[in-house]
Amino acid sequence: MTDVRSFDTDVLVIGGGPAGLAAAYSAARSGRRVLLVDENPTPGGQIWRGEWRAPRSSEAASWFDRIRRSRIPLITGVRIVTEVAERMLLGESQEAIYEFRYKVLILATGARERFLPFPGWTLPNVMGAGGLQALVKAGLPISGKRVVVAGTGPLLLAVAAYLQEQGAQVLLIAEQATRARMLSLGVTLLRFPSKAWHAAVLRGQLWRVPYASNCWPIAAYGEGSVQGVLLRQGSRTREIPCDYVACGFHLVPNIELPLLLGCELCDGYVRVNEFQETSRANVFCAGEPTGIGGVDLALIEGQIAGYAAVGHLEAARALFGRRARWRRFASRLDRAFALRPELRTLPDARTIVCRCEDVPFERLKGYSSWKEAKLQTRCGMGPCQGRICGPAAEFLFGWSVESPRPPIFPARVASLMRTPSSERGGNG
Amino acid sequence: MSEVVSLKINGMPIEVPFGTTVLVALLTNGVTGIRRSVTGEPRGPLCGIGVCFECRVTINAQPHCRSCQILCQDGMDVRTE
Repeated sequence: MTDVRSFDTDVLVIGGGPAGLAAAYSAARSGRRVLLVDENPTPGGQIWRGEWRAPRSSEAASWFDRIRRSRIPLITGVRIVTEVAERMLLGESQEAIYEFRYKVLILATGARERFLPFPGWTLPNVMGAGGLQALVKAGLPISGKRVVVAGTGPLLLAVAAYLQEQGAQVLLIAEQATRARMLSLGVTLLRFPSKAWHAAVLRGQLWRVPYASNCWPIAAYGEGSVQGVLLRQGSRTREIPCDYVACGFHLVPNIELPLLLGCELCDGYVRVNEFQETSRANVFCAGEPTGIGGVDLALIEGQIAGYAAVGHLEAARALFGRRARWRRFASRLDRAFALRPELRTLPDARTIVCRCEDVPFERLKGYSSWKEAKLQTRCGMGPCQGRICGPAAEFLFGWSVESPRPPIFPARVASLMRTPSSERGGNG
Repeated sequence: MSEVVSLKINGMPIEVPFGTTVLVALLTNGVTGIRRSVTGEPRGPLCGIGVCFECRVTINAQPHCRSCQILCQDGMDVRTE
């Protein structure tokens, strides 16, 4: 029998990254009971991953400290799989099933990297940029390894600097955005001094590492694991032998849980009002699911959601100005790192798009929608439930891929037995 | 707190520092291809954060465990799929 653990709280926060931590802390200041649930081994989200016991920045340290001092109960290693009833979510850990009853819910589910298929991207040691950083943070030795960092987005620089600090030999940072876009982003940065400073520090650390804009991977090769990568830069093709390709194309929001709960979207993000409340009453959302904006915006939105969730509207309102400022920054990032259309031509006929079911590009080309492709090819029907191939298919084919069904993660039969019969059905 | 954790991967006894994820234990003990895809290709981790399921393994007879999200524990029996 699987152990079932039940919790009852006033405010339930899902996700322990910056937005969730800020939300939990702000809500707890009211004296209300707050519970923070995170699926990772420790809180911190992706940006502060693995730093709970050893924060690398004063910002992380101060938020961790606030959470500890306010004695907010943390439940880690638990992912939410479905909604069981009104104001009740079901989660699972390695050992147990969890039932969470709440009055108000704050969703801070974060983001993941966007991956685009190119020949060889399924080889071992071709991984996400943030993905490789996460593994190194978890203890993967990288010293002396040759790494090419490629893709798009502000994460590339941060990852390259981290890997170099850990002893990796970063051979190239390849950014697909044009040089003009990067220069214009540089001008924008001048109006956000903390970001400009951060970027300058990273570039300073990476002064020996070649940085190429207008450059993207077109193929990875190797036997058993990656041995090198081919990149296009303008009209040139470069070949670089390496041990790892760390490749991510900016971020996509984790909106599966908000969608499951019936929260409406706007332009692919969770639609929220000025108090971060979603279209569903008593369900708030903060951070990347409402728009990719990075840690500063996530912290502000989290605080607004936390205050608003307990009715402290004035405290929430006092942060609107700062939120507006970081939203402007986020929209500049969006523009700067928009994907170039040439990336749609990366996969060849046999390039795998859906890694769970090994569905190649050529099998997907003829379909008119994600739903049709799923039914005919099993694309997106594997354990990741389309989290990786969905955003890729959206970009490659222009399909709308928002169709989560419970459970939103593969779940135990014992968990599914706890959901009302009308909710059962799975992905079959 | 114990400094070292003892477990088995594919029957082989190993020791790793406390706090090591199962995935890192595999990668640092010679397993690069964590699983075989449905058509038999070797696959390694992609996302590193529990989303892609490329690092899934069987732990204590429970299949489809995401090794990047699970810390090694004493006596664990890990098998690649």
